[in-house]
Amino acid sequence: MSLPAAASHAIRARLDAEGNASGGDQLEVAMGPQHPSTHGVFRMDVVLDGETVVKLKPVFGYLHRNHEKIAEGTSYLGSMPYTDRLDYFCSLTNNWAYALAVEKLAGLAVPERAEYIRVITAELTRLQNHTSVCGFLLQDMGALGTPLMWAFRQREKVLDLVESLTGARMMCNYMRFGGCRCDLPPGWIAQARVLVDEYPRFLEEFEALLSGNEILMARTQGVGRLPAALAVAAGVTGPMLRASGVDHDLRKVDRYGIYDRFQFRVPLGDHGDVFDRYMIRVLELRESLGILDQALRDIPPGPVIDPKAKLRGFRPKAGEAYGRIESPKGELGFYLVSDGGPNPYRYRVRPPSLINLTILEDMCLGHSVADAVVILGSVDIVLGEVDR
Amino acid sequence: MSFPAPEELKTIVEAALHGVRVELVPNPAVPSQSSLRVAPADADAVARFLRDDPRLLLDCCSNVTGIDWPDRDEKTKTKTVVDGVEKETEVVRRVPGTLEVVYHLYSVALRHGPAILRQRTADRGGDCSVTSLTPVWRSCEFQEREVFDLFGVGFAGHPDLRRILMWDGYVDHPMRKDYVEPDDYEYEPTPHDDVLERAKSHYPPTEAKP
Amino acid sequence: MIDEGLKNELARQGVVATSVQELYNWGRSNSVWPLSFGLACCAIEMMAASMSKWDIARFGSEVFRPSPRQADLMIVAGTVTKKMAPQVVRLYNQMPEPKYVIAMGACAISGGPFKQGYNVLKGIDRLLPVDIHIPGCPPRPEALLHALITLQARIAAEPLTGPDRPRHLRADAPSEFPVPEFGAHDLVPPKNDLLWKPAPVVRPG
Repeated sequence: MSLPAAASHAIRARLDAEGNASGGDQLEVAMGPQHPSTHGVFRMDVVLDGETVVKLKPVFGYLHRNHEKIAEGTSYLGSMPYTDRLDYFCSLTNNWAYALAVEKLAGLAVPERAEYIRVITAELTRLQNHTSVCGFLLQDMGALGTPLMWAFRQREKVLDLVESLTGARMMCNYMRFGGCRCDLPPGWIAQARVLVDEYPRFLEEFEALLSGNEILMARTQGVGRLPAALAVAAGVTGPMLRASGVDHDLRKVDRYGIYDRFQFRVPLGDHGDVFDRYMIRVLELRESLGILDQALRDIPPGPVIDPKAKLRGFRPKAGEAYGRIESPKGELGFYLVSDGGPNPYRYRVRPPSLINLTILEDMCLGHSVADAVVILGSVDIVLGEVDR
Repeated sequence: MSFPAPEELKTIVEAALHGVRVELVPNPAVPSQSSLRVAPADADAVARFLRDDPRLLLDCCSNVTGIDWPDRDEKTKTKTVVDGVEKETEVVRRVPGTLEVVYHLYSVALRHGPAILRQRTADRGGDCSVTSLTPVWRSCEFQEREVFDLFGVGFAGHPDLRRILMWDGYVDHPMRKDYVEPDDYEYEPTPHDDVLERAKSHYPPTEAKP
Repeated sequence: MIDEGLKNELARQGVVATSVQELYNWGRSNSVWPLSFGLACCAIEMMAASMSKWDIARFGSEVFRPSPRQADLMIVAGTVTKKMAPQVVRLYNQMPEPKYVIAMGACAISGGPFKQGYNVLKGIDRLLPVDIHIPGCPPRPEALLHALITLQARIAAEPLTGPDRPRHLRADAPSEFPVPEFGAHDLVPPKNDLLWKPAPVVRPG
């Protein structure tokens, strides 16, 4: 059952100055790092009054793999495979964000064909990420099995395509500074075309099953509302921000790569609740299909990387750069500081999943503990990126 | 109106806020966008101005990160003429280290940015704290905690300054350049440099069997 | 012991002859229930193995239990960080015997690409006894299935009596392992010295 905003403020008021729950009838529960609705090793310390969440503190670090420290000890190129393992659902967009930051730092140009391949692979990544997330969200609501299996069946089709291009299902290590590692294999575009053409059929089936589903609506509508002003102040990005009605998509705002050449719309939500976040992802899937359609049609022949591009012994000039892209989770940024050496002096990942969790407590207060799991599912986190 | 260049931004901020000094930090790399360094005492006022001024409306603090600049020796060569012979002498000056916190600010409302704001601590030892900008932008909350955890920068005014990634009771700040990690692995398939030294200390070199 | 030829002859006539050991191990090896416990990237491949394309249910292991009390197999799927290691050991200790561990992926085996990280445990075998190691980063779902089949074969071959009997039938063998604690710089102790005895490495000087 959900409570209106006023009730959650009333609950907040019951906390004393240190933020501790007053009264003796409250229960503290540590959900995670291993728990039934596992989104990786994430832990929420929840204070419950009955079933109602009155306080929630996320606890991080259970997958802190020291990506930044390791990257500062290795060459620029050596960090590319590590970016795959940040958000392990979306290795291709991670690659792109890192390549973009380095290209900005060193002022490298990307050939036309490579730009198209980047858009195609990034949108394929968005397809499989959003599809799986919708499946996971349903899993969190208790629809064990079927929706997730459908989503994964479809994800495997995308992964087959990615594998035939990059050689790996998940850890693609595909982009290079100033282009891509290799060209599309023969017949790949035709295969991608088949996938793009049959995807809407899957989406219609998926949506017919779920979007109008009574239980899904009851569990998600009005749950975990996020007001637009709070979302912007808290640095929330990606589908979560757009579900709150803020028109902010870096593909439109920054127009990085060649996104200004494609016709697509940015779906926006009205209520900023879990249902909107689910719906935004489904709508974005359709827009991604539109972009893929145009990109597969227009892709020109040519080189995918400047043959003279220097990969080994790459030493950009001293200075700093911040590059960001719209990854499926939100704004994924890389901040690099170079001291002129072969390794970055400072290497920082701006993780959208971590920053999107800033307002997790605000969204969950006043809801039941079962809703907190659904709200967490709608944020779409991947712990590899949250903790790095 | 297009987004003001950093030099312009410095003028705007200094004109609007009396007594605030903004230092331009040049960026020699290709993006060449300079950043604005403010004293920790002024940071809150500058941040609020950048957020609320209708020309700027930098309502989203996208990225917060720390940078460690350890103590270093700066060598300067001076030429002196001694007894009619020109001699070059090298003067080594110890530059004290500092910890720097960098904020990347964007405007979602006006779709412009970034403005890059920097604060730095007085030193890397006892007094290393800056002003928290979490009261201005909520998005700094976890990121400043991360800088506190990994770099050991204190944030005055942060509502909940605890370790975020490492456990409570951990004493090191591993992202500092002088951090030494525990010697806890024995074998490395392709050791080199300091890792090779470490591997050797675990396994004294012996003749490889054919 | 019944003669193998006679047993086949009886089977042809519709009579099944077996031993308690065979029956017991046949049942155990074909219903290995894993703990639904994902750590990192490998967990996604573990999930993929349980989904329609690879369908781990064909091998009797589709029942991923969220509670360690109901699980037989811990698949350590991903990087074990030092912050997570005590919880992994605690989960293992909560599992009832007989229990098995698969270390899935390079990180669980040795720390993998993150080996040089200050917060990364350099292989789960420092704290837990591992039965099967799967190399790969991440291993493909087929590799996980292969590991499961290997484990099943190993369970099926376990003698119930004699000195080689498995741990859960021996009173002297430990079924729980000490949980490390968080120290000021590292885990205390950083590894279980009774369990982890690295082979001596010979390297050219």
